[in-house]
Amino acid sequence: MQAITNITRSESGFASGLRAGMSIAIGYMPVALTFGLLARTTGLTVFEAILMSMVVFAGAAQYITLSLLAIGTGAFEIIFTIFIVNIRHLLMSASINERVTEDTVWKKALYAFGITDETFTVAATKTGSLTTSYMFGICLISYASWVVFTGAGYMVGASLPSVIQQGMSVALYAMFVGLLVPSSKKSKKVVVLAGVAAIFNSLFSYFHMSTGWSIVFATLLSSILVEVVIGRKENV
Amino acid sequence: MSSTMLLIIIGMAVVTYIPRMIPLVFFNSDNIHPKLQNILKNVPFAILGALIFPGILTIHEDIKFGLIGAIVAFVTAYLGANLIVVVMTSVGALSVYAYFFL
Repeated sequence: MQAITNITRSESGFASGLRAGMSIAIGYMPVALTFGLLARTTGLTVFEAILMSMVVFAGAAQYITLSLLAIGTGAFEIIFTIFIVNIRHLLMSASINERVTEDTVWKKALYAFGITDETFTVAATKTGSLTTSYMFGICLISYASWVVFTGAGYMVGASLPSVIQQGMSVALYAMFVGLLVPSSKKSKKVVVLAGVAAIFNSLFSYFHMSTGWSIVFATLLSSILVEVVIGRKENV
Repeated sequence: MSSTMLLIIIGMAVVTYIPRMIPLVFFNSDNIHPKLQNILKNVPFAILGALIFPGILTIHEDIKFGLIGAIVAFVTAYLGANLIVVVMTSVGALSVYAYFFL
């Protein structure tokens, strides 16, 4: 009876969170390695790269920051762009808030830092209650992987030949294409969203709007227009 | 570390943490208007389009460099390759291109 109680408890406890987060940690490894490597080629110091992974912990945002830095975007534009990119976490946090067991505010405020696309989807698809220990487990192992492999990627990057480093300059764009294509195959709306934003961005760039704002406005205009015009017909 | 870079990283950390934290700490139920939810759901796909184009054409003096990268990434992703495979194949193809033609 004691053993059964222990098993039941561990299903929603810290160890269970660690196990659930293991697949995320493995999945983050190549992405963080690539981030560390790209951070080096973009000109960040090893300390800056690791600090960014430690305090931001958001893959897409960090990649976008590198591409914005590479084209000389200003600090305020970068921070505003990252805010726009990461505002989607608001929805994940609101959704997960419906599922987690009530706990003290500071504990919820602490594991809120670990909400990512991946920790959210893994946690949100779990059956049963989401305890604070489970949330800490899943976030901690994902976070550890992200930070450690950022550093590792940066170190490995130092020994790459220049031809490969030239090739690496396309990596961010290849990743964005790789993120977009699978969703485009499933939904025509995704193609329209990306296409309209690309057209607006080209137009704004042509009229010499700064790159950061051009991306922000193109994204917002496309998101709003597509929702107003075709939003009611189809869901992504 | 430059103070500008430190400012950027701290700013990123703050604006990334706030949306993660507010609902968990302050919300009792989902207060976001459905219309706004739909717009926010569109953002990731729209921003991907804006990030890819026209930027990909300007990564190198040789415009073919970006075009080849885009085509290789599109084809490998379309065939269902894992994200890291898409990235590495594109990088590999352009490394070969840089070795022979640049």
